[in-house]
Amino acid sequence: MSTIERLPLSVDHIPETKRSVYDAEPILSARNLVITFGRVIGLDGVDLDLYRGEVLAVIGDNGAGKSTLIKCLTGAYQQDTGDVFLEGRPVSFKRPQDAREAGIETVYQQLAVIPALDIASNLYLAREERRPGPLGSVFRMLDKKGMKVRAGDSVQRLGIQTIQNMGQAVETLSGGQRQAVAVARAAAFGSRVVVLDEPTAALGVKESGMVLDMVKQLRDSGLAVILISHNMPHVWEAADRIHIQRLGGCAGVITPQSHDMGEGVAIMTGATQLAS
Amino acid sequence: MSSSTSAAAAEFARRRQSPVQRIQHLLHGYPWLSPLFLLVLTFVVFSILNPRFASPNAQSLLFQQVAVVACLAIGQTLVILTAGIDLSVGAITILAMMVMATLAAENGVAGWLAILIGIALAVGAGALNGLLVTRVGLPPFIVTLGTLSIFTAIALLYSGGSSIQNNRLPDIINFTGETFSVGPFRVTVGVIMVLLLYAIVGFALTQTAWGRHIFAVGDDPESARLSGVASKRILLSVYTVAGLIYGFAAWIQIGRAGSATANGIPDANLDSITAVVIGGTSLFGGRGGLIGSLLGALIVGSFTLGLSLAGVDQQWRLLAIGVLVIVAVSVDQWIRKVKA
Repeated sequence: MSTIERLPLSVDHIPETKRSVYDAEPILSARNLVITFGRVIGLDGVDLDLYRGEVLAVIGDNGAGKSTLIKCLTGAYQQDTGDVFLEGRPVSFKRPQDAREAGIETVYQQLAVIPALDIASNLYLAREERRPGPLGSVFRMLDKKGMKVRAGDSVQRLGIQTIQNMGQAVETLSGGQRQAVAVARAAAFGSRVVVLDEPTAALGVKESGMVLDMVKQLRDSGLAVILISHNMPHVWEAADRIHIQRLGGCAGVITPQSHDMGEGVAIMTGATQLAS
Repeated sequence: MSSSTSAAAAEFARRRQSPVQRIQHLLHGYPWLSPLFLLVLTFVVFSILNPRFASPNAQSLLFQQVAVVACLAIGQTLVILTAGIDLSVGAITILAMMVMATLAAENGVAGWLAILIGIALAVGAGALNGLLVTRVGLPPFIVTLGTLSIFTAIALLYSGGSSIQNNRLPDIINFTGETFSVGPFRVTVGVIMVLLLYAIVGFALTQTAWGRHIFAVGDDPESARLSGVASKRILLSVYTVAGLIYGFAAWIQIGRAGSATANGIPDANLDSITAVVIGGTSLFGGRGGLIGSLLGALIVGSFTLGLSLAGVDQQWRLLAIGVLVIVAVSVDQWIRKVKA
């Protein structure tokens, strides 16, 4: 129980420059996850290893268990059986807040930003910082100016040029800019893992490119990134490894170098099976 | 090709905003601007109709007349900001008022203790609303519609439907009706208390995490929850704080009316909602502010006082307020469509 075996991993199809990423222990692991909803089997014994400094894409048809898997890893669902390990230690997240406190941030498909609040308020929502001294401790006064400055730094660090004014209400932003705010929040507080659920689903070409650049930026800063997407070109562009979910189980893990998009989709739909 | 389209897009982004769009943006950023404009306008119009309206006497009276509704509007604003509504405002206030007065006049309870018990009861009543909304998961409209009847019935049963005059009440309960002069104005303790409550709750709403979370829960409850806001705790606290404020309103109402009567504030529910809506707070939650509600209460009060000073039938007030409410909500809908 205390030590877990790594999943077998072939580095043959991983570019030489990236191989060192896979020397370290996985930061987040799942073993034999099973979850059922009544008679429906959501996850049917899924294993997963995630490494620091990689983008692991999770693809699969509707109902294949992508979201369910991610929700088990981030505390939104609790698996019936199976274990989740963070840096080798077993963890059990009862609610999303627990995962967040462990350094796992999720960018939900619906983004979870508050339209009426400004960018800085959204970045620090439920993590507000107070003024120093009695103004903060006694009167619980918010450090609005400080949060605004630090929010600006977080957005800047991701290289987002289009957002300048942190006092701007989120509802006045474009879809891509909202996505950027959500990603910036995850990046600012996610110390270990950032999970992105369909981050490019509602975006145009240019904005998708911006978001994918952010995803790579997160990886290059040493975070482990899980990217859930329906968009195969985006997956093949941004991912280091690709976990394919099919019918509640894992149909295999491939890399953009080992398989092309067509082969990936064939595995995803069950047209071909991955030799194991 | 891409460069030409991006140039066109940049051109589009740089386009001059029409004056109407600018107004929309301004109102979006400062929701209290329209009620402020309206209040100034009513002041000017009624002062022209009858110059006495602008006199310190009339303005002092205006503040005394709106004090209770303005106080209730604080609690109502908090609830409406969470996308709820409180129909039990008046019922809670009456219950607290009758308990305060009856305990002091009939049961010989010390005045300060009677006030404390009355306020505590109002807090409990607000918390009951909050628990029904958060734990049982009922819509606020239904919860407060139910407790409106329940609290009214309890107040009537408890007081036997009789009223208690202020000569039977200890000084401390009548204290909110005490008047003193501030320059040319006559001010009651109750008016000062209401203004203080506005300052305190306004601070909490704009300067603390609690206030920010109220806006978040009202604007998008699911996103707020996913962001880690303790939505249920926020909602419960809002209804409880609203109850506390209604408790103070009960004390202020006794001082203002000179008696405690179970049918003393028949229009409290609608008046408080009207003040909040005219004040620019959205019934859909998450937008607005406290200052607007004070302005809204003053606008409604100005119509009452101004029309009577102008010698016009009071029914015109009802008509005007009705039009204002519809205009205010229309403006809110329009502001929501603001674009960058």
